Amino acid sequence: MKRASRIRTFLAALAIVAAPAAAVAQSKQLLLYSWANYVPPDLIKRFEAETGIKVSLDVYDSNDTMLAKLQAGGGGYDIVVPSNSILATMIKSDLLLKVDAAKMSNFSNVAAPHDRPAADPGREYSVPYLWGSTGFTYDSAKVPGGKLDESWKEFFEPRPELSGKIAVLNDQGEVYSAAALYLGLDTCSEDPADGQKILTLLEKQKPHVKIYSSTGTIDRVAAGEVIMHQQWNGASHRSRAKLGTAVFVYPTEGMNLWGDNFVVPKGASNPESAKIFLNWMMLPKNAAEASNFSGYNNAIKGSEDLLKADLRDNPAINPSEPLKTRFRPVKDCSLKAREIRDNVWTRLRR
Amino acid sequence: MRSISTSPSLLAAPAALFLIVFMLVPVGLMIYVSSLERGAFGGVAWGSHTGIAYEKLLFERDLTGQISFNSDYIAIILRSLRLAAITTAITLVLGIPTALYMASLPPRHAAFMLFLVTVPFWTNLLVRNFAWILILRNGGPLDSALAATGILTPPLDILYTPLATGIGLTYSFLPFMILPIYVALERIDKRLIEAAFDLGADRWRVLSRVVLPLAAPGIAAGAILVFVPCLGAYVSPELLGGGKSLMIGNLIQAQFGASRNWPFGAALALVLLLVLLLSLILVARIKRREQAAS
Repeated sequence: MKRASRIRTFLAALAIVAAPAAAVAQSKQLLLYSWANYVPPDLIKRFEAETGIKVSLDVYDSNDTMLAKLQAGGGGYDIVVPSNSILATMIKSDLLLKVDAAKMSNFSNVAAPHDRPAADPGREYSVPYLWGSTGFTYDSAKVPGGKLDESWKEFFEPRPELSGKIAVLNDQGEVYSAAALYLGLDTCSEDPADGQKILTLLEKQKPHVKIYSSTGTIDRVAAGEVIMHQQWNGASHRSRAKLGTAVFVYPTEGMNLWGDNFVVPKGASNPESAKIFLNWMMLPKNAAEASNFSGYNNAIKGSEDLLKADLRDNPAINPSEPLKTRFRPVKDCSLKAREIRDNVWTRLRR
Repeated sequence: MRSISTSPSLLAAPAALFLIVFMLVPVGLMIYVSSLERGAFGGVAWGSHTGIAYEKLLFERDLTGQISFNSDYIAIILRSLRLAAITTAITLVLGIPTALYMASLPPRHAAFMLFLVTVPFWTNLLVRNFAWILILRNGGPLDSALAATGILTPPLDILYTPLATGIGLTYSFLPFMILPIYVALERIDKRLIEAAFDLGADRWRVLSRVVLPLAAPGIAAGAILVFVPCLGAYVSPELLGGGKSLMIGNLIQAQFGASRNWPFGAALALVLLLVLLLSLILVARIKRREQAAS
């Protein structure tokens, strides 16, 4: 890792040196830095054909990887895709360019409440992309009675039959929040006693856990490697396509609701191309294509009719109104709260 | 010829430049970052210094400022040391007989064996470790083979355990043990072995009193080549260990990722470097003492 990050720093330095040359070439280009497997390749091709802007794609696996790269001053990216939870941090750290998305021609397509997120209430810096929730998926063919309660209890204090058949996301934010919601605690609590309660719960769960991993969740569920898996709803939808008995649970105690955004980092080489892309992505047709590809909802009005039927009819993607009350938007925790969370996560695996 | 002999420092220049640019500068940067305060939103606050990153290695502060001892990080470092030591021991046990066998072959066959040992390097380490996931998983080849022979009843449940990490590390680093030992064995003067037999030593005594002592430098080199990368190993614990127990490599990565604590990550990397330096000094000491004894 140490060496890899060194190489990355070196490449970043090269990129900085090379950037002016690219600017001279000007032409129409766009450097997109996004989550892996998240923006459909066909959609990018269509954008290139319609606008004449050539897109290059680079990918990351977590908000933190992306943030670290921008903070190290590398990249020269025109667009990155941060989650709501980290958007405020990026704005406060002065990493983003003001694009005034709310004044763009297609912004009227944005559905509430995505037009006024807490992190960027005036939509000055960001355009909404996809959103989803984090619950857990189980194989109804393999659980006693064929049905589990809609509670995190099933996940954190599993029935003996499921011991050793559980996978947990290797993501401290997701795991900590889920545990906090189950215990009825603030997900961003600054009280170490709350952290201790969460640690106790997670330590009690650990012997029953087979693996902590955020990658390959779809195959793990589909192959029956585990019976229960903490999962994002889009991934759950894709698991169900391979394993018909996979059920997504909306826990009554509440669940993380997250949303991702397109933003333009300061130091972008092609900010004008980036703004064209931002506006273009707020068209219903384009947002629908992204949803159909990834299995996550978008924030654009008028895209619903363009969704694939299996997506529209899957409760994991389109929950009923009562289920939606269980959503809890992910908060951007204070440094103090994050430190407690981090200590819990390290101690759990010491 | 003359120009070369008069400017040895010039000849060393590329290596020196390489060391300065890729070793001294990054390590210096790492030391500097470890002395900084972490930024409120990640990154570091350039220019404001503190020793908090080093304090965190051993102590934790609660909100009232009360300081108490925290053994979490020591435990993780010790686990990494233990795993690296075990892996080194296993590769020694597997590597010495393999190297002995290779050294006993006629040169043409030995060259072929050498080729076989290096074949795994043709494939990326990540890919090879991923292949072990497929081999070790329940219902995988190993599981069904053992079940078919009736030795064990499935499921095997090896994947995502420390044992799986150990298997992955042993597999990844075995060639680094075999190659230097083979080179050392190959260079032994065969007449010494004949002389030992002529003087009445049995095969075991020849091996333990003549061959292995002469191959000691190769064995030491192999042990270092396995131990050092094992201690910082990242891929095998991440893929095969199931993320249940942290290794120091994964802990350092987390500081630059989710934990957003660059100074502490740099301090941990420095500790890792110091541990390695200490073990290298230890090996050098032992070597010198052995040389003095002989």
